[in-house]
Amino acid sequence: MRIIGLAYESLEPGIYMHDLVDRTYRIPYPSDGTDILVRRLLEIGRIEKIDVLFPNFDAELLAFMKSREVLEKEGIHTFLPELGQFEERHKANLPAFGKKYGVSVPEGKPVANIRELKEALEDYEYPVVIKGKFYDAYIAGNFEQAAMYFNKISAKWGLPIIIQEFIRGTEVNVIALGDGKGNTIGAVPMRKLYITDKGKAWSGITLDDPRMLELTNHIIRSTRWRGGMELELIKSEKGEFFLIEINPRIPAWVYLAVGAGQNLPEALVKLALGIETQPFTDYRKGVLFIRYSFDLITDISEFEKLSMFGEL
Amino acid sequence: MKLKRNIAVSESGFLFDPTGGESYSLNEIGLEIFNLIRDRKTADEISSQITSEYDVARDDFEKYYFDFVGMLRQYKLLEDEE
Repeated sequence: MRIIGLAYESLEPGIYMHDLVDRTYRIPYPSDGTDILVRRLLEIGRIEKIDVLFPNFDAELLAFMKSREVLEKEGIHTFLPELGQFEERHKANLPAFGKKYGVSVPEGKPVANIRELKEALEDYEYPVVIKGKFYDAYIAGNFEQAAMYFNKISAKWGLPIIIQEFIRGTEVNVIALGDGKGNTIGAVPMRKLYITDKGKAWSGITLDDPRMLELTNHIIRSTRWRGGMELELIKSEKGEFFLIEINPRIPAWVYLAVGAGQNLPEALVKLALGIETQPFTDYRKGVLFIRYSFDLITDISEFEKLSMFGEL
Repeated sequence: MKLKRNIAVSESGFLFDPTGGESYSLNEIGLEIFNLIRDRKTADEISSQITSEYDVARDDFEKYYFDFVGMLRQYKLLEDEE
């Protein structure tokens, strides 16, 4: 097996980790156009014969979903959610999603400008959560703060901005994999123990809460979810679960699931290749991950190769 | 009163609640009382055992005992009370 890395930037550390990645190619940003990105991928595919492709950035998923058939014709398999699944779980569509599938979600509304923000906020009690389309979320205690976060997030990630009711409680997450036929191939619940200033998990622990798994199975069964997902949930003080987001990809903390006994990336490869995959039935509870960062040392010639020739 | 089934406690008094992912530390006497509760002893039985073992008046002990139970409840470590 060979692992081919695809990099958007020359300073992505994985490029220089030759013990993990056999070869890396620069690819253009999805914002340059799906066609350009796919053309480059097909070019790489002809050199490397790629069997399975795993997109993982929120901003690139749509481009790869749309190109599924083109890629498959060239033998490049993906195992991503269907476009409809991807669209209906969007933050902006979450209230409708909750209603359709009988899942508790916070009240929410997308807004496109400050006037809409002001009007919409009249129906909410502070604090409210102000969220970006793909990334970022802030808690605003009054209109001035909400407007400030609106501007901050929209400048970075574009529109719309989503207003969401603030649910007091503990944030918990589930990593899961659906086979596209309604079956859950694996699922591991986790609570973040340490978060970065961006709210990303830097440490976490696997939980034993059957209700989280029931909710996950329900969502996968009723949406017939295809591929990896991360559920972001708030467990309220009364012990109720509210779905705040579905990320349509495997999260960065996937290795915790592997450490707890569910090798979800391996299962995902099998699903993508059409190999029969038995669902995982258990995992170890109380397993922790603690992330660390590392200074990778490399030579300028390595950087040069990637920068000048687009491959390393 | 019943402790949640999935709670794990080690001999050192390290207690882990896998439902919420929280961990706590019990001192020696806390661990002893915790184990008595786990063995489904009544408050009376626990009080008798501890006051016979240690130099503490029954009234004093019961005050501390109900404080302790209140804390278990607050941290949602008791069955059916989550």
